[in-house]
Amino acid sequence: MSSNKVTLTPEHFKSYEKDIRQAEKISRKSLNYWEDVWIRLKSNKIAITAIVVLSVLILMAIFAPIFSSYEYQGQVLEDKNQPPSLEHWFGTDELGRDMFVRTWYGARISLFIGVVAALIDLTIGVIYGSIAGYFGRKVDEVMMRICDVLYGIPYLLVVIMLMVVLPQGLGTMILALTVTGWITMARIVRGQILQLKEQEFVLSARSLGSSTKRLLFRHLIPNAMGPIIVTLTLTIPLAIFTEAFLSFLGLGVQAPIASWGTMAENGIQALRYFPWRIFFPAFFISLTILAFNILGDGLRDALDPRLRK
Amino acid sequence: MTRFLLRRLFFVLISLWVIISATFFLMKAVPGGPFSAEKKVPDEILKSLEAHYGLDKPLAVQYYDYLKSVVTWDLGPSFRYDAETVNQIINRTFKISLVLGLEALLLSIALGLFFGVMAALYHNKFQDYSSMVLAVIGMSVPSFILAVFLQYIFAIKFDIFPAGRFESPLHHVLPALSLAALPTAFIARLTRSNMLEVLQQDYIKTARAKGIKENAVMIKHAIRNAILPVVTYLGPLTAGILTGSFVVENIYGIPGLGTQFVQSITNRDYTVIMGTTVFYSIILVFMIFVVDMLYGVIDPRINITGDNAKGGNANEFQ
Repeated sequence: MSSNKVTLTPEHFKSYEKDIRQAEKISRKSLNYWEDVWIRLKSNKIAITAIVVLSVLILMAIFAPIFSSYEYQGQVLEDKNQPPSLEHWFGTDELGRDMFVRTWYGARISLFIGVVAALIDLTIGVIYGSIAGYFGRKVDEVMMRICDVLYGIPYLLVVIMLMVVLPQGLGTMILALTVTGWITMARIVRGQILQLKEQEFVLSARSLGSSTKRLLFRHLIPNAMGPIIVTLTLTIPLAIFTEAFLSFLGLGVQAPIASWGTMAENGIQALRYFPWRIFFPAFFISLTILAFNILGDGLRDALDPRLRK
Repeated sequence: MTRFLLRRLFFVLISLWVIISATFFLMKAVPGGPFSAEKKVPDEILKSLEAHYGLDKPLAVQYYDYLKSVVTWDLGPSFRYDAETVNQIINRTFKISLVLGLEALLLSIALGLFFGVMAALYHNKFQDYSSMVLAVIGMSVPSFILAVFLQYIFAIKFDIFPAGRFESPLHHVLPALSLAALPTAFIARLTRSNMLEVLQQDYIKTARAKGIKENAVMIKHAIRNAILPVVTYLGPLTAGILTGSFVVENIYGIPGLGTQFVQSITNRDYTVIMGTTVFYSIILVFMIFVVDMLYGVIDPRINITGDNAKGGNANEFQ
């Protein structure tokens, strides 16, 4: 035992040079909110997969119809109802149109409708919700009662009514999807603004003389961005789903324009003999909605880790 | 409470009035009118047709008549089928849709609660992951795609279930499953997150500390509290099953109200479209109203008279 004993001498010690300037130094790069969000999102492998899938879908939608040797509306009647082959990767439909190029052309239309409808919902919802939330009291009361009344109206029934009455087309579709679609966004934004406007940074901005516009667009709305983005991500698949649903009822975009919905509707009639004609559009509708849903969930967790369950 | 109830009822009625009026004026705005679609009808016949259906009166009078017809629930004749009135069509077809809808409703509640509770009890284990994967897929595959898919596999390829119509109980299986998939997924996710939240509560700890058996803690304390919020989902759930029935009934050739509604859309049979839309709206609006009221009664912790900020997403995926 005694041989292990270490005798401590002053040489063992070194005086600690305390550098006051070093004490304040931040050794790691400081991250802002969105960098934090990105780090959390990156660690969620499933959400990243969803982003990759969506990127591939979008790239294919943009480029596949450009580089394909077929036209989406080009008919070759001798080659109708061909199964998938090297020549026609996804087969052909009842008019001999190449399903591969049609699928990606349909992706353009479906994604376009989904994204544009969601962005319009976002714009109306954010403006409406933030005005109601910011001004509060009577303004809020009236605006929210209007929302309640519109919210009580079943979404799909309104959309169907509008599609029945208005001339069919892309514009009508987007109009129908947004007529009551913005309400969810408006309610969420209002709730956020109501909470945020009581906080000190709003008071200090106001006492520094910020105008209402500046307060709303510089302080309140950017701070409500998290829930807004999550709602946006979850509105897109809803719009894509509704578009497909309407097309399935025969209320979709009109030929020669094709969307995944109209292609699926078309394919179902040939289900028994040419199942690939419904398989590809159906698969990509589901895949897209799935990817958006997963991304929305991932974003929700990443934006507000306290909500993670 | 009564004051709040009346207030809510008032807004429900306003919602209904808005949709009834919107239906009316939208249908009136259709260019051409209901009789101009096909071959040219002589003017006198057109006049007497319009007089027969009351279309020659001024718009305000027609609107008043229409509101009266909705209130007295006499929705008038179909423009396309002489033999039946809209009331008769709804009476004939809704019975079938109701049976299918209730089956799907019960199926989704049972399956959803089962998967949700299972996932929470085996949190972060295989049961949890597989239930949640199923739920995300169920949320993402539209009902009409699922219906077609199930029909193709189980009716056409393997011939286990019949592919169409609605006669023996076997005919009910595939359509009910297709309709139930989406709400099942929602309920499973909702139940799981509620369960996980409840399991963290102090009263669960207390129950365990008292030495109550784990099974009893789960059944009497955890699950009972966790499934309460599922009641709030019943409104959107009904909406989802109703609207899902438009396509699912069509795919399986079931002569219900959904099929009828889609047919009237294709035929542009305006009185039937109007009548059915109003009928569906009344069901949905009152369902949501009843569920709201019910929730306050079932769970006394909820103060329904307050502003419920949580209900933001209820309309999602109707």
